[in-house]
Amino acid sequence: MTADIDTRPFERFLFHEARLLDERRFDDWLALFAPDGWYWVPLEESQASPADTMSIVYDDRRMLEVRVRRLMAPGAHALAPPPRTSRIVGNVAVESADGDATELSSRFQMVEFRLDRQRLYAGAARHRLIRGPGGFRIAWKRVDLVDCDGMMEGISVPF
Amino acid sequence: MGENGLRIDELVRPERVHRRVYADPAIFELEMDRIFGRAWIYVGHESQVAKPGDFFRSRVGRQPVVMARHDDGRVYVLHNRCGHRGAMVVSRPCGHADAFECCYHGWRFGTDGRLLSVPLRDGYPPDRIDLADPKLGMVRLPRVDSYRGFVFASLAADGPSLAEFLGPLASSFDDLVDRAPDGEVEVAGGVARHVYNGNWKLIFENLNDGLHPLCVHKSSIEAARAQDDTSFSDGSGEIAVRQMRQNGAPWDFWEREVGLWAYPHGHSWLGDYHDDARLVATGTDPAFADYVAIMERKKGRERARRILSVTRWNSNVYPSLSFMSQFRQLRVVQPVAVDRTEVLGFCFRLKGAPESMFRDTIRFANITNAVASPVLTDDLETYARIRAGLVSDGTDWIQTSRGLGTDTADGNGGMRATNGTSELHIRNMFDAWADYMRGGAA
Repeated sequence: MTADIDTRPFERFLFHEARLLDERRFDDWLALFAPDGWYWVPLEESQASPADTMSIVYDDRRMLEVRVRRLMAPGAHALAPPPRTSRIVGNVAVESADGDATELSSRFQMVEFRLDRQRLYAGAARHRLIRGPGGFRIAWKRVDLVDCDGMMEGISVPF
Repeated sequence: MGENGLRIDELVRPERVHRRVYADPAIFELEMDRIFGRAWIYVGHESQVAKPGDFFRSRVGRQPVVMARHDDGRVYVLHNRCGHRGAMVVSRPCGHADAFECCYHGWRFGTDGRLLSVPLRDGYPPDRIDLADPKLGMVRLPRVDSYRGFVFASLAADGPSLAEFLGPLASSFDDLVDRAPDGEVEVAGGVARHVYNGNWKLIFENLNDGLHPLCVHKSSIEAARAQDDTSFSDGSGEIAVRQMRQNGAPWDFWEREVGLWAYPHGHSWLGDYHDDARLVATGTDPAFADYVAIMERKKGRERARRILSVTRWNSNVYPSLSFMSQFRQLRVVQPVAVDRTEVLGFCFRLKGAPESMFRDTIRFANITNAVASPVLTDDLETYARIRAGLVSDGTDWIQTSRGLGTDTADGNGGMRATNGTSELHIRNMFDAWADYMRGGAA
């Protein structure tokens, strides 16, 4: 961990990202990703790679665009009515910094509500952010759920 | 009249079934006894227990079992229960052990289930605790057999052999294994688990239902259709988008180009849905060209061509398994309650094939079997809505008549549906269901 870096700009970015997701502004969320960015929710604890082990989500940019388009479209059965979410992001730390690139770790808890049911998710996130002229872009985001290898019902919303 | 006042003939008709078969807990209990207590149930693949001492935890019906390879090289399927006070002995999902030891009082068992040792044994009456008594060990399931590495077990001591049970469906296992240049497949890539709120029969109906994709998967089909193919992909999104678009093939395609076959004991397969030319792994993919070349070198050109010309999609082995060769996927179905079902997804590596083909297997699993897949989540939502709808007694009947009367004998002991939107496979499963439930061996 890199203790002498001011984490506040990075916290503001993560809080902004969380807000976009909770407000279901998924296309604005997508716009945070770099053109070759990816979003990964591993299936296994300490999973080394998305290539040779299955994942809960592994979206390259093209698949992430499809996922977001479906999230924004009316009529997806699992999203009718859409889940509401509320998440808290914390424990933000800068793990490494190299020029314009910064790797962050954080923790989150998210409550999801749909059709009279509330579910709780929790886990650790890693972001690799690249600072550019328009602000930060997500090079990749990895979300390790505490119950990644547990028996789970369908998950429709991004973390 | 059967137990619990059930009359099977009043629940299952040629063209419809009573909603109770999906919704009545008493029927579910009887299914656990008469279907899951008798049929051959898929436990695991031999590659998961490659070496002596390797074990893998599974279930037969609702009962916890352990599949283990013993020193004698054989694979045993054991009840995961201590012969002393009943605690589940093995808690890790898989691993390696010289012996199993119960956490409660330290009884030890061999990987063949035999009771090896009992601490403070002198304290038990000598005529009560005999190490050689199989009932004090981890009790072996009465019958275990495998076909080309796929291990099944039955809780019943008698019944059809595994070969009789599988019948022509065995050729789907051949299709999967023969695609390996070295003639073997192995489980790899983890276990994708999900649970849905609905009856266990629904997934088998859905997997070979050629009528549902355009409705259930409309949102992912449309999102994929609108996708700009110039956006960056490392290959995974390309496979995902192609599969979602394929789900959107018009009804005319499902009716004219897709076939559905059904066989005794409730088995079925959907065919001609895909062939290699429609998949990502086409001739334009250098890895697939390498693979074909390896196949031709190892198996001969003619045999390789024959193996790769099989175009089966999902093969369902009723009531516990569905798998497909083209992307090397396998799903195990484990009922929990009348309205709750767990599904375990596995991937297979073709030994001797280029490693990039296994990466495609993983990519395909992520879009079809992952719990957050935009395709699967709409299937799971549909099962939950069936559960919610069947509470209604507005009418008691579920229609299963699509294609009824137009099926033809396939000359191989089974039936071929007129087309891929038929409900033949559902009627066929209920034929087996009724026979099991009346006390038969389907």
